[in-house]
Amino acid sequence: MINGAEIMVECLKKEGVSIVFGYPGAAICPFFDALYKSPIQSILVRQEQNAAHSASGYARSVSKPGVCVATSGPGATNLITGIATAYMDSIPIIAITGQVRSDLIGRDVFQEADITGACEPFVKNSYLVKNTADLPRVFKEAFHIATTGRPGPVLIDVPIDIQQNTLDSFEYPETVDLISYKPNTKTHPMQIKKAIELIKSSKRPVICAGGGVLSSGCKLDLVAFAEKTKIPVMSTMMGIGIMPSQHELYLGMLGSHGTRAANRAIHEADLVILCGARVGDRSLATPNQTTERAKVIHIDIDPAEIGKNMSVDVPIAGNVKEAIEHFNNEIGEYKVPAIWTETLSSWKAADQKEPERFEGYLEPKSFVALLSKKVRSKAILVADVGQNQIWCANNFKISDGRFLTTGGMGTMGYSVPAAIGAKFARPTRDVVVVCGDGSFQMCFNELATIVQNNLDIKIIVMRNTRLGMVREIQDVLYGSRHAVTILDAIPDFQKIADAYGIPSAFLSSDDDAENAIDEMLNTKGAFLLVCNVSPETPSR
Amino acid sequence: MKYTLSVLVENQAGVLSKISGLFSRRGFNIDSLAVGIAETPNLSRITIVVNGDEYLIEQLEKQLNKLISVVKVKVLDNNTISRELALIKVNANSKTRFEIIKIAEVTKSNIANISANTITIECSNTTDNIETLIMLLKPYGIKQIARTGTVALENGDSSAK
Ligand SMILES: Cc1ncc(C[n+]2csc(CCOP(=O)(O)OP(=O)(O)O)c2C)c(N)n1
Repeated sequence: MINGAEIMVECLKKEGVSIVFGYPGAAICPFFDALYKSPIQSILVRQEQNAAHSASGYARSVSKPGVCVATSGPGATNLITGIATAYMDSIPIIAITGQVRSDLIGRDVFQEADITGACEPFVKNSYLVKNTADLPRVFKEAFHIATTGRPGPVLIDVPIDIQQNTLDSFEYPETVDLISYKPNTKTHPMQIKKAIELIKSSKRPVICAGGGVLSSGCKLDLVAFAEKTKIPVMSTMMGIGIMPSQHELYLGMLGSHGTRAANRAIHEADLVILCGARVGDRSLATPNQTTERAKVIHIDIDPAEIGKNMSVDVPIAGNVKEAIEHFNNEIGEYKVPAIWTETLSSWKAADQKEPERFEGYLEPKSFVALLSKKVRSKAILVADVGQNQIWCANNFKISDGRFLTTGGMGTMGYSVPAAIGAKFARPTRDVVVVCGDGSFQMCFNELATIVQNNLDIKIIVMRNTRLGMVREIQDVLYGSRHAVTILDAIPDFQKIADAYGIPSAFLSSDDDAENAIDEMLNTKGAFLLVCNVSPETPSR
Repeated sequence: MKYTLSVLVENQAGVLSKISGLFSRRGFNIDSLAVGIAETPNLSRITIVVNGDEYLIEQLEKQLNKLISVVKVKVLDNNTISRELALIKVNANSKTRFEIIKIAEVTKSNIANISANTITIECSNTTDNIETLIMLLKPYGIKQIARTGTVALENGDSSAK
């Protein structure tokens, strides 16, 4: 005899899951009990949203789906922001929620919430399991759907009686049988041929690389293609880290907060090759201006992205990796005319300017650049949302490390829980968080999770006593009326660290930056570095 | 312009709300929507009529295809048979009754119910012809209308499967 909860655990084992992030409650107790008796590690977060973010950080760091678990009602609804974030960022996570007894569904009993209904817009698929015998098929399908095609979250809602009911035996299906879900990954040879022709006839091509390049695991293929052809590369925020930041062909991040070189290049190019990037409005506000001058090749696993935001000359629906491999094999001797690469280099050089400094404060951009020199190879930097994110995106120099942030949803409070997931996934790597004082106050409850699990995570809080990015918008568009962006009554973050038993330091001058970073990185275990930054510091 | 989509879906709980949710979420306006069991009992065919342009229809087709329970989406062209069923209850007295019955006859409609003060006409036809019928009946005073929305299939051998 095996009960539903044990079946769920067996399913996770079959899928190679070794860790879940979650928060308990009555309706999910059978499952956590079964997990307790299993080799799978259950990590208690301090709020359900963070369980989803941790699962996302985990998934992004190991290219396996992350799993988060919550109870029914408020536990489940707390997950939603995390699920929606993973959806917008195309990260494969499996969210498992407890639900009230199946015969009580629809009667508004205690802690009942229609979570499959509520999550409808934010999941690739969801299941409300009505029968214990369905569990193996549902789990098999869920993992398949989350990880194939364009990755994304899948929700499994399991009423408590379905977790408790027993079956004689457990059997996991070998294959999925979904007549309606067959994501196409094969690229069309004709389209590849057209793309190659277009590339060969181009004089001012650029590549725009997005998160899809990372999720399809073709970072190196793309770098090789760029080097071979000398086509310059820009990235979206989700694509940061594909190209080494110092690479001569790298133009930096595209978009409203990106580099001038990248933004100018996409407007003057005669060919734009979009690779796993959906050119959202923050990356390219005026796609029509670009397409007036440039032809567009768009490679994306999700056909619905092609032509959605930008008209396309050569659509390539399929796996980016496959397309780039074809490009590498079939491009021949083509090289970008030197005049184009030289022009771009000169724009890049013109971008280099000394950041403005404010007396008595740390300058965050040069600090972030220095930080990138100090962390070990393959470090994972997790940036939150706001100015701190832009400082990192533009100044953290990556060679072989990872840059994690939420580019699609921009959910404040992402960084600390995502870093927890990343650290569990990659325990031997440096994991460093950079967040704002606003975003830190949205997620510092997770310091407890860090301490409870002895996680070596370094957290840097950019203390500018403002919701900086919104403050900046107010300065430009709202006559500097700082409505609800002044973070007064700012707590003493060092005392907070102290309360959790985490060592900390305070940094307010560029001269002390190197020592402070050394102290932080040389301290064993978690560390909080509070950086005093001027409220006036701009994002760019 | 009006487009007709034939959407084959798996008969699962919530599939209709997934589809209608997608329409409202992405700002597509539904003219009509009709659902019923398709050729195999585990499948339903949803016929949706929408107003839009080429870009919108392409988006709609792709977004619908992303829903896991959607098996097949087909945008139907002119080579299609499409029908709608309408029940129209109209005021009728001894003076007008005969005229109304005549109108029903000419428009190949049936008299579904007749009472001292009303006639209910049943019409299965194209949306345009139903509109015409309604226009003809208006002067008599229409009391109630119930319409199914369009169902449609491609002509001849082709099958949206
Ligand atoms: C959950 C959430 N609420 C609100 C916002 C809107 N928002 C974007 S940036 C920002 C300010 C962030 O302030 P802080 O964390 O202090 O970072 P800073 O910009 O000062 O670096 C806000 C409020 C958001 N992105 N996410």
